[in-house]
Amino acid sequence: MSGLPLHRRAGFRLSFRYLLAALLVIVFCFPVYWLFIISFKTPDEIFAFPPVWYPASLQFGNYWVLFKDGDAGTVWNSLVLASVSTFFAMILGTVAAYSLVRFKTGGENLAVWIISQRMMPPVAIVFPLFLLYVYFGWVDTYFGLIILYTAFSLPYVIWMMRGYIEDIPLELEESALIDGCSRWEVLWKVVLPMARSGLFATAVFTFIFAWNDFLFALVLTRTEVTTYTVQVTHYFGGQSNFWAKIAAMSVLGTIPVFITVAIMQRYLVRGISMGAVKG
Amino acid sequence: MSDLKISNLHKHYGGFHAVKGIDLDVPSGEFTVLVGPSGCGKSTLLRCIAGLEETSQGTIEIGGRDVTYARPRDRDIAMVFQNYALYPYLSVKENIAFGLRARKFAEAEIEKRVSRAAEMLAIGHLLQRFPRELSGGQRQRVAIGRAIVRDAILYLFDEPLSNLDAQLRDDMRVEIKRLHNELGRTMIYVTHDQIEAMTLADRIVLLRDGLIEQQGAPLDLFERPKTRFVAGFLGSPKMNFVDATATRTGVKLADGTTLDLPGQKGLKAGAAVVLGLRPQFITVAGKTVAKGHARVPAVIELLQPTGSRVQATLPLGGASIVAELAAHDVSKPGEKIHIDLDLTRAVVMDPQSGQVI
Ligand SMILES: Nc1ncnc2c1ncn2[C@@H]1O[C@H](COP(=O)(O)OP(=O)(O)OP(=O)(O)O)[C@@H](O)[C@H]1O
Ligand SMILES: [Mg+2]
Repeated sequence: MSGLPLHRRAGFRLSFRYLLAALLVIVFCFPVYWLFIISFKTPDEIFAFPPVWYPASLQFGNYWVLFKDGDAGTVWNSLVLASVSTFFAMILGTVAAYSLVRFKTGGENLAVWIISQRMMPPVAIVFPLFLLYVYFGWVDTYFGLIILYTAFSLPYVIWMMRGYIEDIPLELEESALIDGCSRWEVLWKVVLPMARSGLFATAVFTFIFAWNDFLFALVLTRTEVTTYTVQVTHYFGGQSNFWAKIAAMSVLGTIPVFITVAIMQRYLVRGISMGAVKG
Repeated sequence: MSDLKISNLHKHYGGFHAVKGIDLDVPSGEFTVLVGPSGCGKSTLLRCIAGLEETSQGTIEIGGRDVTYARPRDRDIAMVFQNYALYPYLSVKENIAFGLRARKFAEAEIEKRVSRAAEMLAIGHLLQRFPRELSGGQRQRVAIGRAIVRDAILYLFDEPLSNLDAQLRDDMRVEIKRLHNELGRTMIYVTHDQIEAMTLADRIVLLRDGLIEQQGAPLDLFERPKTRFVAGFLGSPKMNFVDATATRTGVKLADGTTLDLPGQKGLKAGAAVVLGLRPQFITVAGKTVAKGHARVPAVIELLQPTGSRVQATLPLGGASIVAELAAHDVSKPGEKIHIDLDLTRAVVMDPQSGQVI
């Protein structure tokens, strides 16, 4: 037994926890800070040793040049592709999941087959897809990538939404059916509100999958719908790497995800833990 | 006119035959209670009426219209579910208004009806709350409110009180009965609680294994059960059953006691029978033996006081029976008393078929 009074020991334990938490925050945030700060440095500062922890002046020029050359437009491309494909995947996936749960469409096996599609490594299909896309003339089009991302996200959305919908008490839907709703109205007025947290959590992840995609975008785009992930690689040159541009582009690519997660935070925590408890 | 007419209704769940041919006619304005032991098909029957289950065979008419294949929303019914079925994301007011909004009622009309329903159920002060902020009893009121704001032909209740504690259940029972009197609507109420059935019903429909065992007014079933099952199901404490042998004028118990049963005809002397005697129709011997009563000696084995009454367990003709006596008529186990059996209320049953003779 230590000689300290109880409340002081509790105090120590608490401050220890805060210390630990602060340490973890620093460890996880440092790379983000470093990326952020590089995007405002001059080339000299970037390569300086010892490292420059914070630059003397902020070089907004690193960003300016991205906008001037139109490179920043690739972030917009990513945003369009990820949002639109998420939108369609959520609609189709939720309706499909509802059908699987309530009408046992395809029996037990269809659901498993659907999620098995998710296990296919993208690289296994990207080249056949490329040939197909060349044939259809879909290479380097919004349409082509949106279809692909939607199709690729669907199994995940169906699988997740299936879990959330299964948790909705059947009585709520039956009550609505008796009260005068059609199936579609039940979906809209009962299922969606009931599965809201799960819906948002799933949408965020679906968005991030599409947002972070590199492989499909690399193979299936040229110049028109280049995504920011592909654009960043253009700054790794033969002789030199444009670190400031890489950093600035990466920051631009992080912002939308950051905002999305910030807005959806409330639902994310609940949606994820809902799934966790269910197992 | 009948608001509900069911003909030869069958329901199979895969290979399981849950409802085995039910005919039912519910007149307008009547309070019908479907009662029976767990698993007898009450909920299934109600859900078939609501259109939540497809029927396997037979027809259902509501308000004179064949709705056998109609969708739930086209059947002109309202339903109260066992687990309330309130939408957690809507306020009490919006929960009650849900059905009206789904049917595109005008805002002013919705406002009017919701406040009227809320007033009837004394939940006017809760309208802005959310379901999670209500007690169980309040939730049940809201659930009932959701049903009664609608102008349905038929109001269905599936064990609406089974999640409430005993005290609240009694209060809500009164409430529901009062609502029925005020609204005068046709209601079908499912319960496995025979007291609820007895107290609420204009008519009880007693189900057993997917078939109607007997239907009629509560007292009718109570006093004139057609089978041993009905006799045993209704009434608390349960009816006593004593094995006996039929004589020309009554029955003979295992210990040789003979009892004359007034008005009992059609007994085959010597046949094995079961004598049914309700605990309420047994009293401690008074000065004289009333007409149609029989006096027998008994030794009290066990006493269970319930307040104004006491349930006494005592042996009779080789069996152990329960008598419901006035609280102060007996004092302790072991006491030797005489009891009077009201044989005008006794029933005699065939032990094999369970039919009342
Ligand atoms: N969806 C179903 N699939 C298969 N069997 C079912 C289904 N629903 C009910 N059953 C069976 O049908 C029979 C009647 O069920 P039901 O729910 O109507 O009983 P109940 O009389 O309402 O009983 P309780 O008082 O316990 O609610 C039961 O044996 C039950 O197991
Ligand atoms: Mg039931």
